[in-house]
Amino acid sequence: MPKFEYAPAPESRAIVSLRESYGLFIDGEFGPGVDGRAFKTISPATEEVLAEVTEAGPADVDRAVTAARKAYEHTWSQLPGRERAKYLFRIARIVQERARELAVLESLDNGKPIRESRDVDIPLVAAHFFYHAGWADKLEYAGYGPAPRPLGVAGQVIPWNFPLLMLAWKIAPALACGNTVVLKPAETTPLTALTFAEICQQADLPPGVVNIVTGAGETGRALVEHPGIDKVAFTGSTEVGREIARACASSRKKVTLELGGKAANIVFEDAPVEQAIEGIVNGIFFNQGHVCCAGSRLLVQESVYPEVIASLQRRLATLRLGDPLDKNTDVGAINSAAQLAKIRELSEVGEAEGAQRWSPPCELPVKGFWFPPTVFTGVSQVHRIAREEIFGPVLSVLTFRTPAEALEKANNSPYGLSAGVWTEKGSLILWMAARLRAGVVWANTFNKFDPTSPFGGYKESGYGREGGRHGLEAYLDV
Amino acid sequence: MSDTATAPRIAVRKTYKLYIGGAFPRSESGRSYVVTDHKGGFLANAALASRKDARDAVTAARKAFGGWSGATAYNRGQVLYRVAELLEGRRAQFAAEVRAAEGLSARQAEAVVDAAVDRWVWYAGWADKLAQVRGAANPVAGPFFNFSLPEPTGVVAVIAPQASSLLGFVSVVAPAVVSGNTVVVLASERCPLPAVSLSEVLATSDVPGGVINVLTGRTAEVAPWLASHMDVNAIDLCGASGPTPELAGELAAAAAENLKRVVKAGEEDWTLAPRLNRMLAYLETKTVWHPAGT
Repeated sequence: MPKFEYAPAPESRAIVSLRESYGLFIDGEFGPGVDGRAFKTISPATEEVLAEVTEAGPADVDRAVTAARKAYEHTWSQLPGRERAKYLFRIARIVQERARELAVLESLDNGKPIRESRDVDIPLVAAHFFYHAGWADKLEYAGYGPAPRPLGVAGQVIPWNFPLLMLAWKIAPALACGNTVVLKPAETTPLTALTFAEICQQADLPPGVVNIVTGAGETGRALVEHPGIDKVAFTGSTEVGREIARACASSRKKVTLELGGKAANIVFEDAPVEQAIEGIVNGIFFNQGHVCCAGSRLLVQESVYPEVIASLQRRLATLRLGDPLDKNTDVGAINSAAQLAKIRELSEVGEAEGAQRWSPPCELPVKGFWFPPTVFTGVSQVHRIAREEIFGPVLSVLTFRTPAEALEKANNSPYGLSAGVWTEKGSLILWMAARLRAGVVWANTFNKFDPTSPFGGYKESGYGREGGRHGLEAYLDV
Repeated sequence: MSDTATAPRIAVRKTYKLYIGGAFPRSESGRSYVVTDHKGGFLANAALASRKDARDAVTAARKAFGGWSGATAYNRGQVLYRVAELLEGRRAQFAAEVRAAEGLSARQAEAVVDAAVDRWVWYAGWADKLAQVRGAANPVAGPFFNFSLPEPTGVVAVIAPQASSLLGFVSVVAPAVVSGNTVVVLASERCPLPAVSLSEVLATSDVPGGVINVLTGRTAEVAPWLASHMDVNAIDLCGASGPTPELAGELAAAAAENLKRVVKAGEEDWTLAPRLNRMLAYLETKTVWHPAGT
């Protein structure tokens, strides 16, 4: 049989018009930072500088919080829910209208494949605003009493793995419930958040309702610790989440944290293997494994272990790694040099501790940050690669004999964000689901997200839920 | 010699027809009736729907039920929102029609149209929230996973309010379709024209043909055929309180034959925030048991 090659199929960059530099979005307008500091955001696939972005200092954060407070008191909290809803519907529609532009920009700045930004991230962003728009005038039906009140000003800090989607998860419910926000995007992926600021302008959202301050950890700290905010919402690492919980310990701020994970993806012997393989691959290689709920621990029942590993390796050899803007790309770039270093370090530890490392033959581009899909077998529960979140395309495989043993191993983690169960037996799915200490359990599927479906973790994966009726609680005074 | 520049322009009038299965037929009976404004001035000849038209409409609604009820709630929500978007763009037209029909002041008519647009938006938001407010996981005392979900009941016949030709019409149609039901709605007998114009909005706003079917005609003539139709699952008798004191009771009795879900007759103040009653009336609750165990 002839071997067919893929021709390059890049999505055009022309749809995106980048500015050379971006200011801070405060009180409805872009403006410079007080101390004039800036940083550059690059494409992780090529290391090309995309734009210069303002680094917000404490004085800028203070201005943003003041603007948000003013908008909360004079504008947003005075609007009936039915009118707030219309702004959110407008935003949802503009996101739909500018979907392709946002997808290309997200892939440029983040390194994720265009197939994912186009088919997953951006449609979910629009859906999230659409869903929460509908709640704005129905909060009395959400189960929090006859007239639930907003909290006030929310300080929100989001990660780089799903930049615009995490923004939507934060801003949509906050605004629907009547709060105003100051949001800090991650320093490596600020561009779609800044474009979102333009979308707020197009939607005629009243000034100050949404403020975007760019910067790194120090900016985030200034925001979280600002005495003028009533609510902290953070998605990111467990380490930073712990710091935030400590920093807010003696304040009245309501805190929700969506942190790390080390999800078990559990394959029983009666599972449909081909379907399970797709789920395993999607579970850990979706978004280069930069997913807090990634199925990074594969637990396979011993009786099907050889078959599952062989199928998995066969499937991984077909994954295409490369240009994130190529429509055929499955695995894009690692988001940053720092993240690549962390993935490399933990992978080396995995080998040193005695696990067997395997990757499919895979040519890595010369420029940019890349790591091949990697599978470790012979992993035991004490290995660091079985305990720590790698946040990269690295899968650790363990085995089990009985459902009880699978459960024991799955729950043997300080994390508890998500889990996967693969079996044809419905009663076993529900037995496992009832006992897994995880906030989301996917059965015969993985990494599925929907604005109606609450998401969030047990244990050190954080507290609070995002999405669904339950997610509203994070932004209401209940 | 005529001066074409100064001659008064003669308006092009619209033919008001039925809306069945996404098309705009005249009544198969070939009949029409005179619709007047609130002072008795001629407005138009509306189609006078027959028994056959009513049955055709039910057939169209049944045919559309599978697709509409099977669409995702997100999709239905977006379609209803699209209706609001298009109605917003035709506010002036509808304000004029409502004004002519109901005898309101210009400002009152505009307020009615605005409220009608907002009502579509309000119901659009319910599409993907009904299951979250009306569904439940039930903690049964045993090793079972048990949950209940709302499902649309099927084809809903609606006798629209007689007095409120647009806002009232929207207020009884939207709650039926948002959850996946399809409807046959008999417009206000005296003021049917805004409803007919609304069907032109529906036809261009992604609402699949057959999901909403609009009839115009005599309430006392058409309503009994809908009430007794064995392929109609529910009926809103809202506008049936008018013609004769006995009609509503007779319709409810006819509806009992196949145990239609019945919303009782009676006009409401449609400017008030709606309650959930009309959405809930057309929902079935399905409970699923599944064992849990190794």
